[in-house]
Amino acid sequence: MSGVDKLPVGAHYGLRDWLSQRVTAIVITLYTALFLGIVLWNGGLDYATWQALFRSNAFRVATFLFMVALFVHAWVGVRNILMDYAKPLSVRLTLQIVVVCALIAYTGWTVQVLWGGA
Amino acid sequence: MAAAEPPVVKPRPVYLNLFAIRQPVPAIASIIHRATGALLFLAGIPVLLWFVQRSLASQAAFDAAMQPFTTLFGKLVFLVLAWSYLYHLLAGIRHLALDLHLGIELAPARSSAAIVLVLSVVLAIVIAVRLW
Repeated sequence: MSGVDKLPVGAHYGLRDWLSQRVTAIVITLYTALFLGIVLWNGGLDYATWQALFRSNAFRVATFLFMVALFVHAWVGVRNILMDYAKPLSVRLTLQIVVVCALIAYTGWTVQVLWGGA
Repeated sequence: MAAAEPPVVKPRPVYLNLFAIRQPVPAIASIIHRATGALLFLAGIPVLLWFVQRSLASQAAFDAAMQPFTTLFGKLVFLVLAWSYLYHLLAGIRHLALDLHLGIELAPARSSAAIVLVLSVVLAIVIAVRLW
């Protein structure tokens, strides 16, 4: 396939998105296991424990990595859904831009939640 | 050798009513994987960020953020999102196994799809019991 034929809203015809979907899935799974482990270890979380957990920089960094992995993972999945159901190019491109903007905004929101009150 | 008979072309029915086709279990598991993924993107991520932000602000804000867990609507929202997350996670682990060519034959692929469905419902019941 020549470059000229490529759809601007396609899957980039390669391994990258498929692989990033799997790598982010593993990051999400590991963090989920860590988080459930912490909650079960403490037998539920009260405000003091919860706040102390988020004051730890290691936990903040781990949570940030988890959230970014979640956003990349969501992007690949939502884009796949749009490629299947949003057929007109203009509609698909518009929806993809909306999704990308939302995910960038969520990344900013995540930074604010994790480090905003520092 | 005799000439091959021309193939008999029967008019095949085009039959794409999704509600009338009996879907195999892996197909049901697949569409739920996609539907839960869409729900987690649309509702799960903003609700999660909102909850963590509110709950960290102060003791009073923490109590307020926990308040929905005492209402029927809040419990149902949490149960649906928690089940979606757990189902999507389990189905994803099954997917990674399939990528590694583990259980790709028809019989194990069918049973693992059924196991993911049943296990996610069992976990959802455990969560529901804890909520109520």
